[in-house]
Amino acid sequence: MKANTNTHIVIIGNGMVGYKFCEKLLARKKNDQEFMLTVFGEEPRVAYDRVHLSEYFAGKSADDLTMASKEWYEENNIRLFLSDPVVDIDREEKLVRSHHGHVVHYDYLIMATGSGAFVPSIPGVEKDGVFVYRTIEDLELIQAYARKAKRGAVLGGGLLGLEAAKALLDLGLEEAHVVEFASRLMPRQIDDAGSKILQSQLESLGLNIHLAKSTQEIVGDDCIKGMQFVDNAFLDVDMLVISAGIRPRDELAKIAGLETHPRGGIIVDNGLRTSDPSIFAIGECALAHHMIYGLIAPGYEMADVVANTLTGIDKEFLPYDMSTKLKLIGTDVASFGDPFIEEPACITIRYENKAKGIYKRINVSPDGKELLGGILVGDAEQYNMLLQTCKNKTILPPDSEDLILGSRGGEEAGAGVMSLPDDALICSCEAITKGMLCHEIGEKGNNTIDLLKKSCKAGTGCGGCVPLVKDIIQGVMKQNGQYIKTVICEHFDHSRQELLDLVKMNGLKTYGEVLNEFGHGDGCEVCKPVVASVLASLWNENVLTKDRAPIQDSNDRYLANIQKGGTYSVVPRIPGGEITPDKLIVIGQVAKKYNLYTKITGGQRIDLFGAHVNDLPLIWEELIDAGFESGHAYGKALRTVKSCVGSTWCRFGVQDSISFAIEIEDRYKGIRAPHKFKSAVSGCIRECAEAQSKDFGIIATEKGWNLYVCGNGGSKPQHAQLLASDIDKETCIKLIDRFLMFYIKTADPLTRTATWLNKMEGGMSYLKAVVVDDLLGLASAFEEEMQTLINNYKCEWKEVVGSPELRKRYNHFVNVPEKDPTITFEEMRTQKRAKEWV
Amino acid sequence: MEPTHNTKDRITWHLACNVSDIPEDGGGCALIEGKQIAIFNFARRGEWYATDNQCPHRQQMAIGRGMIGSQGDEPKVACPFHKKTFSLKSGQCLTDDEYKINTFPVIVRENQVYIGL
Repeated sequence: MKANTNTHIVIIGNGMVGYKFCEKLLARKKNDQEFMLTVFGEEPRVAYDRVHLSEYFAGKSADDLTMASKEWYEENNIRLFLSDPVVDIDREEKLVRSHHGHVVHYDYLIMATGSGAFVPSIPGVEKDGVFVYRTIEDLELIQAYARKAKRGAVLGGGLLGLEAAKALLDLGLEEAHVVEFASRLMPRQIDDAGSKILQSQLESLGLNIHLAKSTQEIVGDDCIKGMQFVDNAFLDVDMLVISAGIRPRDELAKIAGLETHPRGGIIVDNGLRTSDPSIFAIGECALAHHMIYGLIAPGYEMADVVANTLTGIDKEFLPYDMSTKLKLIGTDVASFGDPFIEEPACITIRYENKAKGIYKRINVSPDGKELLGGILVGDAEQYNMLLQTCKNKTILPPDSEDLILGSRGGEEAGAGVMSLPDDALICSCEAITKGMLCHEIGEKGNNTIDLLKKSCKAGTGCGGCVPLVKDIIQGVMKQNGQYIKTVICEHFDHSRQELLDLVKMNGLKTYGEVLNEFGHGDGCEVCKPVVASVLASLWNENVLTKDRAPIQDSNDRYLANIQKGGTYSVVPRIPGGEITPDKLIVIGQVAKKYNLYTKITGGQRIDLFGAHVNDLPLIWEELIDAGFESGHAYGKALRTVKSCVGSTWCRFGVQDSISFAIEIEDRYKGIRAPHKFKSAVSGCIRECAEAQSKDFGIIATEKGWNLYVCGNGGSKPQHAQLLASDIDKETCIKLIDRFLMFYIKTADPLTRTATWLNKMEGGMSYLKAVVVDDLLGLASAFEEEMQTLINNYKCEWKEVVGSPELRKRYNHFVNVPEKDPTITFEEMRTQKRAKEWV
Repeated sequence: MEPTHNTKDRITWHLACNVSDIPEDGGGCALIEGKQIAIFNFARRGEWYATDNQCPHRQQMAIGRGMIGSQGDEPKVACPFHKKTFSLKSGQCLTDDEYKINTFPVIVRENQVYIGL
């Protein structure tokens, strides 16, 4: 039967790769007589799809999983021996002998013996109820045993282990546990953060996940009754599936004297030849490039390489990209390139959305030009694009975060508000809903704030809704396909962020210069305060000097809060809410002398109301003499840093929250931002200072401090989110410096940190990446800029009190010394109150 | 300098203040004949304006403390309370047709500011 022209090829192993080799070789053969193929398989079935083994439990039959039927082998003249493993290779005579005694000659021998389940040597693994998860036979055994079991565990949190655990649930077990030795799931594919997202997804499906668990013993008499862990924990289970990895099937190769690796695997060269040039090894039994390729794609590639070689084409097996994308019990999990490379070898960008169960990470080369790898959990839609970008070393766009976050920027603004329902009340003063605004903007063409104020009075009351109304204008115009650019007003074709950069680069310090250089027209009540804020945020010079007094908004104009009736309120700074009895007395005396209404504020200080503009410098003179400073209650600046007493008095306190609050307040006082910002420091987890409702809040832990950012009280309360935990004071201050400067430099006018974050594409993950991981490489610049502002701090009231020129502006009339005679008060509970306006 | 407003038949000019009493591109308030008059030194345009100091919206005496600027070519002032804006030329409220304030002619002679009532 042996014709001289025929090349005899024997394939040991009828798994997926062994089968694929046959298929590829047949596709390449030039005529029917060229090759004579013989296949030996250990399993009773023809090669089946092991990758989708779990679907056997989901109702697929063994036939459904079959790669090719027995008929296919017959049709292609392949001799197939099943349930008949090869037991010996005579390399000198080039003969193989099977378990059943078949002896077959080969010219070339292909070892495709695959791998078996790796079973760790834990005492008790031999007990009944302990299984591996590798073949259809294993699954049949598991299925049978599961009928009388209630609680099952899987040892191993890799892909197969997780699938096995889900299978246990599907088989009707009451509980399914996953026990993983590593500190994360799928440790070969994803990182800790990805694992956490995946874990929460799996837990929501009913799986119990135990990480960093080392199994000491499998307990039980004959049958398994539980798992004893090294940390003394015990898991009560009555069946266990071991899916702790694979072990290359190299025992036959060892017997044949082929070179194998001490840790398993038949060593092959780049052509996949073993130490015997007539013998090749492919698939999971082969050790190529010092590794076992435990995925199907490189296995198929190996089959292709050898099929090429045997048909006369030189082909090498190159180190194979281990990128994978799979759907794991409904959750996308993908990793590509080098998913784990760490800084400084790369720049890592992370996006995390716990609510949606999404985690994305990309690793970009330090020069920002190449994609090195990444991880996707929960949403792998971008996998193919990213993989191509990575493989082809495509030059990345300047904003590489766009790869996972999508295009960001001005044109994206307003997306949030457009998701509000039509009946959402936007302007509560005038009872105007989003639907009404959309109608005004879209149907009637009233697409500026001024036009809207006129047409429906939106934003004409307290004005608090104006930023939201602007977002809606943008949203509607964008929906209608109109081009919009976020500009400050008709006088500046720039966003606040652009203007800040321009003013900084050009070192401008007055409104006149900024308007001449970068604006047109004569300015207005919108752009003036914006420029004033930008100048203050950049240089921190007194806001009332040079030409800056008339560009300040109502309150900053007089360094006091204008109140109903035209009087002002005065708020001295009381850092951390700590005040001496003497200072309390001074406040009382001043209030009495100038007939001021006094009230404790929500920020732990004292507000003095009803001051005539003429009296403001006199009041402040006395306060400053007593050691007070401006509290900036009038400014878009740091307000208070609220504190609880912490460890100085409180029996629960773990850190000295008052001292830290005072330090923080003293550090950031007087710094102006796009909007006011508040802080608080709590001395323990009880959070009495309500730090999580602040723009940045600090909560003491046993080990240090947790820093939260972007919280808000007010009309749209929002909890602050954790930026960093268990950090020391110095780190905490550094992160706050960076966070505040990033906010100051990028937020739109009158946007609080919470809204700023809500509009930020990438949200908290992006903010964290910038502030903590220094994604943009700006951290040290932020810290320096903040330090410059801090160094420039002067109490602006002290400056006013000491300057006759500035004091002069604190007169109601320019021509007579009288106070405004129209101001009247009403009495209330022995104090005064402003007269109700008409 | 010529008055920046068309004068009516009978105008009495009142000395209000010195030029330096009103900040450049800002305003102030003078008490004239018992009336509170807001005066603006629109230095950028080389123009002076005077209006009622009281905002008709909530009857607050504060227009003189408002920020000035332009809408298109129209010079305007914004009330510090609720940012109603008014034309400095006509006194018409630009954000709400309902409101209007009085405007008065201004002349500046030898560093003195005169308002015509």
